[in-house]
Amino acid sequence: MADNLPSEFDVIVIGTASVNSITGLPESIIAAACSRSGQRVLHVDSRSYYGGNWASFSFSGILSWLKEYQENSDIVNEGPAWQEQILENEEAIALSRKDKTIQHVEVFCYASQDLHEEVEEAGALQKNHASVISENPTEAVHSAYLPSEDESLCIASCEMLTEQTPSSDLETALEISNVKVTGETEKHDDKTCMKSASEEETSKNVPTTEGTALQPKKTRITYSQIIKEGRRFNIDLVSKLLYSRGLLIDLLIKSNVSRYAEFKNITRILAFREGRVEQVPCSRADVFNSKQLTMVEKRMLMKFLTFCMEYEKHPDEYKAYEEITFSEYLKTQKLTPNLQYFVLHSIAMTSETASNTIDGLKATKNFLHCLGRYGNTPFLFPLYGQGELPQCFCRCKAIIDQFGQRIISKHFLVEDSYFSENTCSHVQYRQISRSVLITDRSVLKTDSDQQISILTVPGEEPGTFAVRVIELCSSTMTCMKGTYLVHLTCTSSKTAREDLEPVVQKLFTPYTETETENEEVEKPRLLWALYFNMRDSSDVSRNSYNDLPSNVYVCSGPDSGLGNDNAVKQAETLFQLICPNEDFCPPPPNPEDIITDGDSLQSEASEASVILEANSETPKESASLGNPEEASQ
Amino acid sequence: MHGRLKVKTSEEQAEAKRLEREQKLKLYQSATQTVFQKRQAGELDESVLELTSQILGANPDFATLWNCRREVLQRLEAQKSPEELAALVKTELGFLESCLRVNPKSYGTWHHRCWLLGRLPEPNWARELELCARFLEVDERNFHCWDYRRFVAAQAAVPPAEELAFTDSLITRNFSNYSSWHYRSCLLPQLHPQPDSGPQGRLPEDVLLKELELVQNAFFTDPNDQSAWFYHRWLLGRADPQDALRCLHVSRDEACLTVSFSRPVLVGPRTETLLLMVDESPLAVEWRTPDGRNWPGHVWLCDLPATSLNDQLPHHTFRVIWTAGDAQKECVLLKGHQEGWCRDSATDEQLFRCELSVEKSTVLQSELESCKELQELEPENKWCLLTIILLMRALDPLLYEKETLQYFQTLKAVDPMRAAYLDDLRSKFLLENSLLKMEYAEVRVLHLGHKDLTVLCHLEQLLLVTHLDLSHNRLRALPPALAALRCLEVLQANDNAIESLDGVTNLPRLQELSLCNNRLQQRMVLQPLASCPRLVLLNLQGNPLCQAVGTSEYLAELLPLVNSILV
Repeated sequence: MADNLPSEFDVIVIGTASVNSITGLPESIIAAACSRSGQRVLHVDSRSYYGGNWASFSFSGILSWLKEYQENSDIVNEGPAWQEQILENEEAIALSRKDKTIQHVEVFCYASQDLHEEVEEAGALQKNHASVISENPTEAVHSAYLPSEDESLCIASCEMLTEQTPSSDLETALEISNVKVTGETEKHDDKTCMKSASEEETSKNVPTTEGTALQPKKTRITYSQIIKEGRRFNIDLVSKLLYSRGLLIDLLIKSNVSRYAEFKNITRILAFREGRVEQVPCSRADVFNSKQLTMVEKRMLMKFLTFCMEYEKHPDEYKAYEEITFSEYLKTQKLTPNLQYFVLHSIAMTSETASNTIDGLKATKNFLHCLGRYGNTPFLFPLYGQGELPQCFCRCKAIIDQFGQRIISKHFLVEDSYFSENTCSHVQYRQISRSVLITDRSVLKTDSDQQISILTVPGEEPGTFAVRVIELCSSTMTCMKGTYLVHLTCTSSKTAREDLEPVVQKLFTPYTETETENEEVEKPRLLWALYFNMRDSSDVSRNSYNDLPSNVYVCSGPDSGLGNDNAVKQAETLFQLICPNEDFCPPPPNPEDIITDGDSLQSEASEASVILEANSETPKESASLGNPEEASQ
Repeated sequence: MHGRLKVKTSEEQAEAKRLEREQKLKLYQSATQTVFQKRQAGELDESVLELTSQILGANPDFATLWNCRREVLQRLEAQKSPEELAALVKTELGFLESCLRVNPKSYGTWHHRCWLLGRLPEPNWARELELCARFLEVDERNFHCWDYRRFVAAQAAVPPAEELAFTDSLITRNFSNYSSWHYRSCLLPQLHPQPDSGPQGRLPEDVLLKELELVQNAFFTDPNDQSAWFYHRWLLGRADPQDALRCLHVSRDEACLTVSFSRPVLVGPRTETLLLMVDESPLAVEWRTPDGRNWPGHVWLCDLPATSLNDQLPHHTFRVIWTAGDAQKECVLLKGHQEGWCRDSATDEQLFRCELSVEKSTVLQSELESCKELQELEPENKWCLLTIILLMRALDPLLYEKETLQYFQTLKAVDPMRAAYLDDLRSKFLLENSLLKMEYAEVRVLHLGHKDLTVLCHLEQLLLVTHLDLSHNRLRALPPALAALRCLEVLQANDNAIESLDGVTNLPRLQELSLCNNRLQQRMVLQPLASCPRLVLLNLQGNPLCQAVGTSEYLAELLPLVNSILV
């Protein structure tokens, strides 16, 4: 196959190709859009470590990712071979190999560890992860990543070079040699096929399950269990949800890419008040069923929400309050403090000071607008994690190993994390504080243990930001049975741990050995916790970068927002620059309408067969997009 | 562009679609024709099943074809072995499901499923319940499916508690569900049967309170959703009043006995609906309605033979037995008296509170409080206003009269589309109140002037009234039911908008009739007056017909016995 890689493409997407993520979401969308418009697209990756910031990891995967930062192992630049490739009329841009977007990584393990037990993730290559695990639950290993200057890959204004990176790690070596092609000879390989490559190879190393019977307490999850079940985890670096009427859902439906993804509805909106987690009634059915609201509150809340649905039609109701904050505005409405809190923090998801009346009304309206399309909350979560979404847009591809070849292209799409310090010397970045927790139960117990919840904890002091908590149950296919995967996100004011630990302490309690078995702990127990800061480049304008050629297009990393609108907007804008006057991600043609003649017969046949397959595998339980309109009488 | 798939244009697509449709129509029509031919020829075999399933699969609402299928299946039942039949039924059930997926609200399909299940020796009801649950998951308000579910639950003898839990789950998902609320109103009385003495169809207080809370949740969440208000009305309503004879009246002068019933009845000639016992011996009589139409009505009367009214005897007892209603009433005519009667008092029986229950006035009181609370938040919600009015009437119609009238005014302003209905309802309540006041005063004179009445109701309750004042209202007619006022002597109905006088007929004691300033235009409408034998004073001033030439002459001829006619 390697011999067949063409040397000319319309668009080259420089991304971090790995098993977990091909590229970031905006790049994937642009690549898919270009491909649908008949452009030849080449995905190139070069990183020697896992995924971009849109990636999702198994448990062993996240441990390897951590190791990268902890070992701080710089790859030595291997000489100026590429410089010979630059032609006279070309200009070289140095790309950074080293990702500097992640900082202040800290990991804690609270689950009990049996050191005598040899455990490893079923199907994982990774064996030596002891270095990131604290033996004493109260004293965690701390490691901070120090960025270093390392520029190894180059790009010329009209060419780029991919090369093999030397590496001692077998797994990463496999990864970096992948070049993914999207384009005229579309080949459809199935997601599960893609993953099975590494699964098959490693399955021989899996020790037969022997540990479960030895666990002293059946209900307690141990670290070795987490390691063993590590493949059940899909840990996203970015924690986002899809607004059910957001741009991304619209795009998934319009482009018919939705058939590659499955979603679950978020089941609950939660609030944390006076030390208690409670459910926020936000839909009509919630308000009806709520036991915590009085009758009069039910009416007040419904009345206010109904007004918000079409607030533009009633300017008299808010015109006088346009200058004040939304929080002040809510005080002027017929709402109890209880209800004001719900609307401000859990529905509009803003803060006391952040938004004015109009922004708050807009946010509330958006929330309500999304409600009820697929379920009782406005949000969807992709099964197997947010990391699935970029993949959905790149489902049509061939994998070709290729290195050391000169490739020509008209357009280059680069995520900003690839730029060297020289390029970014004038750029100011914001930071996102992130934490990922594995816990043993939900923050709010109900009849069903399969709840997906979002909880907003307002910042306590002025100047601190609200923390968004998303708790995923095992049926989202992101964590093992009996555990919950909890993502915390906020705009950074300090390091991730400093920003988020207070909230973690309020909601969870560290697992301790000393607990007696009968002791009923009210809060969920922490089994494992990870903190890190991620760079937020979403508001950096292209002009801030030094010396970018006009055919290099920049995608930002993930933003801190809950939805994905930012990525979609960015993708559409860049697509319009690359392919002016082309429809953005039109649906693929109906197989019946494809006119077959001669050459193209092959690829059309395979396209048709994929469509049929995809249609037949709609799962029962998860929300499938498409035609959700309410049945009416 | 390079690398892009070639795709049909929209015109090509449209043309392909059109051809496809044409082809389909041809097939459909020829299959239909074949089925009808075969049916006519009596060839009801499996080929008809095959043909009809092709058509019904595309259009399950073709009722005739379902009939065809039933005919075929009935015939095959006789011909086939049990095993073959079982296979046939299995196919039929599967086919019905596929039709329901085409149209989940197809009357024909659901009916056919009922029919089929009803004929099976061992129907799998559990599967049917599962089917209903699945269809209701897709559309929780599909009343066709609800109907079928009730059928299945009854056949399978599903415990009402389980079905109630099922309605719970659907109401939790979306309370705007008439079927689900209605089903509760059927299930709850089954679950909590009242002791024999108690009113049937009512709930014990603890259950009632729980239901009221549930339904309050609904109307505080969305007061504009009608389904919850309807259920609320049912919860507070009371069982239909028991059949009863409300009033019995005997008049010596007219040699006539009049009976008033609790509901409209039809007493046919030579039937045994009503038995009359005079002094404990049965008496055969001819029953008729006061207006002479003999339509179902509240009031029936009969002529009595002179022997039954012999004034020499100290008294006569008259007993009427209503066989269908299992009720009877007795009255006595004493020597020297012109009339005798026996009547249920509207005040004692609280007849006019029948919209809502009176047993639980504390419950009603607290319901009134919550509705008033809601009304403060939603001053323009018509359901809330109407419920407040009904609750006030149930609690104490006279005490709340003034407040009720204010709420009516608000209600009319917020719901002008139903202004006429509200006027009529208001008239009814005002009339009821006046009637109560009259009874408390123990008189037979009823003043209904200046009340803005638009309609007359409860006239069967006015059997004993002698003087009736209807002046200064907005009445447009004196309806036939007025003929029930057998004792009426003076009727004043000035200053209305009356156009017809159908009810002023056969009034044996009417002497004075005043109809000034109304809208009587045609002389013809005066015709009924001729049937009132004692009429001596008639005032028609201020009516259009007074302007017409020859009216006086016409009246003189029509009513020769009336000595004073003012036109």
